[in-house]
Amino acid sequence: MQTRILEANVRHKDNAAIIDLHGEIDGFAEQTLNRAYDDAEGWDPECILLNFTDVDYINSTGIALIVGLLARARKSKRQLLTYGLSDHYVEIFQITRLSDFMGIYPDEASALSQTNE
Amino acid sequence: MTTLLRSFWQSLVGQERSEIEEISIPTIERAPAQTHPEILIDPGDAIIDYFQRTPNAVEVDKLSLDSPALSELKAAGVKLVVPLISQGELIGLLNLGPRLSEQEYSTDDRKLLNDLATQASPAVRVAQLVRQQQAEARERERIEQELRVARIIQQTLLPKELPAIQGWHVSAYYQPARAVGGDFYDFLQFPDGRLGLFVGDVTDKGVPAALVMATTRSILRSAAERYISPGQVLEKANDLLCPDIPDNMFVTCLYALLDPKEGKMRFANAGHNLPCRRRRDGVDELRATGMPLGLMTSMQYEEKEVSLNQGETILFYSDGLTEAHNPQHEMFGFPRLQSVVTECTESAGLIDHLLNALKNFTGNDWEQEDDVTFVTLEYEQPESPEIDSAVHRTASNDNWRVLADFDVPSQPGNERIVIERISEILKGVHLSARCLEKLETAVGEATMNAMEHGNKYQEDKPVYIKICTDNRAVSVKITDHGGSQTIPEPETPDLEAKLAGLQTPRGWGLFLIKNMVDEMNVTSDETHHTVELIMNLEGDQNANQDT
Repeated sequence: MQTRILEANVRHKDNAAIIDLHGEIDGFAEQTLNRAYDDAEGWDPECILLNFTDVDYINSTGIALIVGLLARARKSKRQLLTYGLSDHYVEIFQITRLSDFMGIYPDEASALSQTNE
Repeated sequence: MTTLLRSFWQSLVGQERSEIEEISIPTIERAPAQTHPEILIDPGDAIIDYFQRTPNAVEVDKLSLDSPALSELKAAGVKLVVPLISQGELIGLLNLGPRLSEQEYSTDDRKLLNDLATQASPAVRVAQLVRQQQAEARERERIEQELRVARIIQQTLLPKELPAIQGWHVSAYYQPARAVGGDFYDFLQFPDGRLGLFVGDVTDKGVPAALVMATTRSILRSAAERYISPGQVLEKANDLLCPDIPDNMFVTCLYALLDPKEGKMRFANAGHNLPCRRRRDGVDELRATGMPLGLMTSMQYEEKEVSLNQGETILFYSDGLTEAHNPQHEMFGFPRLQSVVTECTESAGLIDHLLNALKNFTGNDWEQEDDVTFVTLEYEQPESPEIDSAVHRTASNDNWRVLADFDVPSQPGNERIVIERISEILKGVHLSARCLEKLETAVGEATMNAMEHGNKYQEDKPVYIKICTDNRAVSVKITDHGGSQTIPEPETPDLEAKLAGLQTPRGWGLFLIKNMVDEMNVTSDETHHTVELIMNLEGDQNANQDT
């Protein structure tokens, strides 16, 4: 079985920080995810985008980690948006109501256009 | 220039000074600005005894001792030597060349130097001890690193999942010793349904054993794919291994080839522990003779065949079990193993039973001396009474067809193995990609719960997975050992409370499971919990699109 430990890169575009996620979001991803979010916050952006295009697995622990990031974003009055989720995980974000609190977009351009409005 | 005691250097680096890198020691003399080699004093050198009795500065030319160190000092042009004494022990010498004024060292000079040595000695000693501790810490770290490497090599090469064979139950357990022995096991599933099984043990420990294990495994796999006869497989593997195996190392190994349909097992043994067969009326050893691999070329290996009956189990084990010692220095031994296997009446759980017996024998403070490995092949009864009657409720009538039945050890991340297996097994079932993904997520979550909450991540307690279909639905049963606990009813998590920090962000598992499948049933008995997940095939609108 090929498992992919999460890797994350942070980049800055317009008034947003984008966290590119690669791999799996589960209990092993906690440190990487939180560190990437710390880095993103370091830019003091208005908005942070989570790029899920290269994420192929999210479990309930991963959902909890994303809830943790969302709680941090709301506390610092920052928008947290996502893009690149597969249909399956869009459905999970809807079932868990995460989609009520964070915008879900198909790609980076549409997510960034939201931040510029 | 300074002189150091050889014993100090040896305690510092564990080797001769000439073999180690130069370490700079501050020098007392200011001139001439030339460097001198550091002089090492052997522990038996007469100069040590002299300075311990006369701890004062002395002119080298006036000393007359049968001392190699003194000769070296003279040859190096040293004029005056001041001993560094700490707690009555000579820890080094301050060596001075001629004075710049070319005058002799005066009484005042010597007094000053003696005072300086008295003041400096404790500090030098502390510095020596610090360096010694640093060197020891580096050595410990090096050993730990080597053990980590050995562990990684070994665990990477052990099978990540167990073979699923209808009518058979295969279990395995591996617990490395701290020093990491060379135990290994491996499975090969052949296209005609036969199963090849290796169990082995490399002499030695650590990285060397792990590397030989890796090589042996590759050679055995290659030989098993070319030859059918287990004796011939070992013979070829031995001939390939012999030229390259390091001196004083060898490998014990048993290779068995199981025909699961016929219930027959052929095997050959290269000096490994004899497997143990548990029958209805007792326990016997399965004996075949042969020399360990890697000792001599052109060896022949006796080959035997046994017919197995349903309900019988073959136990393969390493000497980490039979050679374990209790606090009274008694060995576990084969007779004890035989009685433990005999008294275990459960059709499953033989490995748990053995581990309990080992724990009771060795006590809680046991420092495991060698790797402990078990592999069991159980020829299942036509009905599996324990789990099926107690917990597998829905899929227990005749219309349900078993697609697979396997288990995974309770280790974080192993739900991914189950998901992958489910994906493969359900390829032939009329289930849409969307429903399959949902079922995979539900099964992954249920397996995580079973490993974490049911089995408390105890590796010896596997999670059992059984996949059935009646052509109208797929049923996946996930069974753990947490029968005495209650599984809570799934509730809708309060996301607002979680975002406000009033509740933990976790707690999504059961909610996700329930929302991903058409039906979820939870059943339990005294020892097991089973979560059954059902996904209907009928009415799956997407099924024709993407299967």
